[in-house]
Amino acid sequence: MEDISLVTVVLMLPLAGLVLMMLFSRTEQAYKWAALVTSLVTFGASLLLVRNFDTSAAGLQMVHRVDWITADSFTIRYYVGVDGISLWLVLLTTFIMPLAILASFNPIKDRVRLYYIFMLLMEWAMLGVFVAQDLFLFYIFWEVTLVPMYFLIGIWGAEERIYAAIKFFLYTMAGSLLMLLAILWLGNEAGTFSVPDILAKLESGELAFSTATGRWLFLAFAIAFAIKVPMWPLHSWLPDAHVQAPTAGSVILAGVLLKMGTYGFVRFNLPLFPEASKTFAPYMAVLAVIGIIYGAWVSYGQKDVKKLVAYSSISHLGFVMLGIFALNPAGIQGGILQMVNHGISTGGLFLLVGVLYERRHTKLMSAFGGIWRAMPLYSGIALVIVLSSMGLPGLNGFVGEFTILLGSAGSSVLSWWFTFFGAIGIILAAIYLLYMFNTVFMGALDKEENKHLPDLNWQELWSLVPILVMVFVIGLQAGYFFEYMDGSVKELVDYVNGYVLSAAGH
Amino acid sequence: MDNFFDLVPLVVMIPLVGLLINLFAGRQLGERGVSIVAVGASGMSFVIAVLLWIAQVNTGYEAAVIDMPILSDWIVIPSANVTIPWAFRVDTLSVTMMLVVTGVGTLIHIYAVGYMHGDERFPRFFVYMNLFLVFMLILVTGNNFLMMFVGWEGVGLCSYLLIGFWFDKPGGVGWKNSDAARKALIVNRVGDFGLVLGVLITFWTFGTLDYYREGEAPIAHHAATDAEAPLFAPTLPGEEETHAVSGPLGVFNQAELWLEEGGHQVNFGMVSLSFETTLTVITLLFLLGVTGKSAQIPLFVWLPDAMAGPTPVSALIHAATMVTAGVYMMVRANVFYHAAEFSSFVVAVIGATTALVAGFIAVGQWDIKRVLAYSTVSQLGFMVAAVGVGAYAAAMFHLVTHACFKALLFLASGSVIHGMEHGHHHVSHGHSGHHDDDFDPQDMRFMGGLKERMPVTYWTYLFGTLALAGIIPFAGFWSKDEILLDSLKTGVDKGLLSGYVGFVLLVVAAAFTAFYMWRQVSLVFLGKPRHAAAAHAEESSRLMTWPLIVLAVLSLLIGFINVPSGFPILGWLLGEHQFTSFLEHSVTYAHAGTFSFLLATFAVLLALGAIYLARSVYSDRVLATLREDPLAINPRTQRAFALSSAKLYWDEFYFKYLIYPYRNAAYWLAEQLDWRFWHDYVHERLLRDPFNAATRALSGRVDKQVIDHSFDGLGHATRRIASRLRRIQTGYVHIYTMSVLFGALLVMILILLPLIRDWLGL
Repeated sequence: MEDISLVTVVLMLPLAGLVLMMLFSRTEQAYKWAALVTSLVTFGASLLLVRNFDTSAAGLQMVHRVDWITADSFTIRYYVGVDGISLWLVLLTTFIMPLAILASFNPIKDRVRLYYIFMLLMEWAMLGVFVAQDLFLFYIFWEVTLVPMYFLIGIWGAEERIYAAIKFFLYTMAGSLLMLLAILWLGNEAGTFSVPDILAKLESGELAFSTATGRWLFLAFAIAFAIKVPMWPLHSWLPDAHVQAPTAGSVILAGVLLKMGTYGFVRFNLPLFPEASKTFAPYMAVLAVIGIIYGAWVSYGQKDVKKLVAYSSISHLGFVMLGIFALNPAGIQGGILQMVNHGISTGGLFLLVGVLYERRHTKLMSAFGGIWRAMPLYSGIALVIVLSSMGLPGLNGFVGEFTILLGSAGSSVLSWWFTFFGAIGIILAAIYLLYMFNTVFMGALDKEENKHLPDLNWQELWSLVPILVMVFVIGLQAGYFFEYMDGSVKELVDYVNGYVLSAAGH
Repeated sequence: MDNFFDLVPLVVMIPLVGLLINLFAGRQLGERGVSIVAVGASGMSFVIAVLLWIAQVNTGYEAAVIDMPILSDWIVIPSANVTIPWAFRVDTLSVTMMLVVTGVGTLIHIYAVGYMHGDERFPRFFVYMNLFLVFMLILVTGNNFLMMFVGWEGVGLCSYLLIGFWFDKPGGVGWKNSDAARKALIVNRVGDFGLVLGVLITFWTFGTLDYYREGEAPIAHHAATDAEAPLFAPTLPGEEETHAVSGPLGVFNQAELWLEEGGHQVNFGMVSLSFETTLTVITLLFLLGVTGKSAQIPLFVWLPDAMAGPTPVSALIHAATMVTAGVYMMVRANVFYHAAEFSSFVVAVIGATTALVAGFIAVGQWDIKRVLAYSTVSQLGFMVAAVGVGAYAAAMFHLVTHACFKALLFLASGSVIHGMEHGHHHVSHGHSGHHDDDFDPQDMRFMGGLKERMPVTYWTYLFGTLALAGIIPFAGFWSKDEILLDSLKTGVDKGLLSGYVGFVLLVVAAAFTAFYMWRQVSLVFLGKPRHAAAAHAEESSRLMTWPLIVLAVLSLLIGFINVPSGFPILGWLLGEHQFTSFLEHSVTYAHAGTFSFLLATFAVLLALGAIYLARSVYSDRVLATLREDPLAINPRTQRAFALSSAKLYWDEFYFKYLIYPYRNAAYWLAEQLDWRFWHDYVHERLLRDPFNAATRALSGRVDKQVIDHSFDGLGHATRRIASRLRRIQTGYVHIYTMSVLFGALLVMILILLPLIRDWLGL
């Protein structure tokens, strides 16, 4: 019997809470609080992960590995653990969930029990995606995340929720089918689905596949992840899902779910298919840069504030992808940090939109104007979060974007043009975000129905305050966060580069 | 004395604490408490700056690098060799900037207490003002380019907040203010785009962004030939990977060494350039940032609109300090600019052209603050041009003097506006019913004759005007003369075209300066009141006039800190080029200005001539019946004046060719391409509908006719199951969800199974 690792504890806590909640809660209030407490306990446990994390080690830590399904030709394992790449994403998930739950206290009045069941299920599945080290286990978690989100959108969403939910489901599902095939093929060839084992076999030469096979497999994974990110032009599901989802759904979607895609690239595509990664890097980067500019440009053309924020995700995640496919330590670490940053800033933006929607039941920017006068506290917080999303130095968005651009500028696989066009995103972000901020918050407060809007209530305030804190903490002390990922990313980059070098040597 | 340097974080921390107090307790403190906190914070920063200055003098101008307390290094990525610390630099250049920012800043804070009296958001105003000080001081004290960038964008943010401070004024005014604020920040972002790229290249070229490392002194260019000068052995870059290893030197000394060595090649990523070319690229990208922040062509368009902010803001941010950040940065990077001859040429041309163009536009403005705004653009052009011709000390000198007299002019104009508003208030209350709606307290057409009503404002304004026009012995004379002479000398001595071009353009710009300033003085203060408001204007409160007097004295005296060598009597009395000698310790290529009696006489006569010309155009007779500008009536100047009034259609050009196209394209992308085509047409018409049609075809024709007929029995069974399934599908959400929950539960159990099995030791 192996010791149960802390990772397993963190992963299973939402489930435990779910079970307890279903057993003992009777009132709506009880459901809310049970869910909140569960997510807070999970967050607390995940902080222990940080405390116990050994920054000097590059590999997986706090591993828990148990055989699950053993057959003659392959083994499927329950195999979880964290390293520098996944640690902060686990933390991001456990950080965002309590906020999303707290922000649901008021707006969700319907089927409360079911709602919080889905929320905890969601947390469990997302954590599973980030800690799973077995391809099969990963795939299960990956698919399970679809279910609660499908219902969060489909039941508690806006007018066109069914359409959006189905589109979300089909789009991601279609992408993951190819990935499933690739996973099955890989597992069959390697005789194991455990990624570290596959990597070891690849390194020792025990497992080898041709360049062409590697590229096909890369693409099979890439499509699933690219849809999730979403990379241009596979983003069409995103505005629907975001606009129709309830506030907390959007927060989780933007905050965590999209990162599953970018994380997938770092976790699987780069180490499993180094040659293909290097070959496809410029193409991926082209899509990334198009995404940066296209997303920002389209954002500026929106009339609905939630849609504007949704499209801005395409732009921000373009930055992440650019960093990852710079294939150097700065780029990838910037990319990982920017995943966290985007979760915090954009999650915050969706919370802000939710506050407005709660009060006015419209998301059209033209319905507002001068809100700063009516809701000073809310607007002050909004300003900081908008600035963080805009990448103001000293706040979190900047360190991510800057490090990504630093990586892409120094990348040996990307030409200078990528950095140049990527940096244009800095200007465009200011254009659409300030357009939004000016239209909604500044100007004269001349619409009668806006004049007496109440300022934040305590749930709203406390769902935003932790975000503000993190905006400053990451913005001012990014070094602390890089420290944890440095070892793992360095090993990854060395491996990718080394593999390609040795392949060229043969 | 040495540990005095450790005080430098306080320069930033004190205003930070001040703003936090006012942010959280502003309402409770009341106007008085807020003022004490804000002004006190600013004043204490000034005291610290003075202490640092004394420490500098007493330690023989040694520079120091001080780490930020509380925070550890900012961005550290060991495997990429990136270390960007939070560290302050105390040297003569940063101390100069600190003194200007906190000194002028404190006076403006005091003035603002009077100016903002009664504003409903009084505490917030001072929160922003202190926040501005925080960022501005980070900008000038940071020891690396990225920390400077924190301040750089931070002051831009404060500028946004303060321009839009009255965002909710009723009617169109609030929206106009908000738009002006947004315009400032976005235009600045365009510049910052260049700056960021420049910083990226700088990093990959040098492996660090630090100006100088701790304990490292600037290698003076004349000393570089001494055998003992470079004590550090620079690490030479080899491969791409090893290149990133930061050498022991900061960027500037590293640059000096590579330049001296010659033939150094910069390799990173997929880039391979000679070091000289790299420097040219970096300096040009930095210049783009400068044109944004310091309002130069082509990005100067935001500054005139920025006058929408309260007047103390215009004085502090948009005249004295923030807009000079670009000049500071280029002087800081003088090692780069000195080596990049082509960039310097571009800098000189842009600066001098801006000086002239803005001076020309200033002539045609009616808004008292707009004239000053264009004047600021023009004077910034002087400073930038000075950098371009290599006159770094002169640029800084002009920065210092300009901070005094332009802050003075803005504050005095604020006093005028206050007086006019007061007068208007008085009038419209006295005769109810007689209420002219088109009255604008900033429009000089409504003024006139304020000399009698507001004597302190008038006299201080006059001092500012004479200083700006460059009349001896006012401050502007000394600094402007040094720039002109340095440009000319760059042309003659070094044979550089930039010197000649700069000189000619700047001389013309100087003439314009004197002309538009005297036009303004005439319109505002001389003649008889042209409006009842002007006739009833009243002098502002002591809180506002007192800083004016201090600044007026400074405008007269501050020029004496840098008397050129060879100037009769004064040079012997006050010491020659004191300021330059002070700066030389941190600005490697600063050089002292000499004195040319001929040029000085020429410049002063030119200014006096322009003033005389302005006085004859705007004579008392003309002023008495002023409706149109005399220049607009005169057929010879009519077209030029119209062009100046219309600001050369610069904004219109941007709107037509950049902003509208970008916006329309955004709408097209958002509505047509992304939504109607990609979202609707492709996804629904091309993907969904054919799929649905195929499904119907299969379930209809194929299913019914083919399958049913051939497998009758099986078909019946299928249909029975299907109808049951259909019942599940027919919409009761809870049936859906329960089934999915059941599925999820199954997955859960599957996943938990091995754990449980393992746990039980099976």
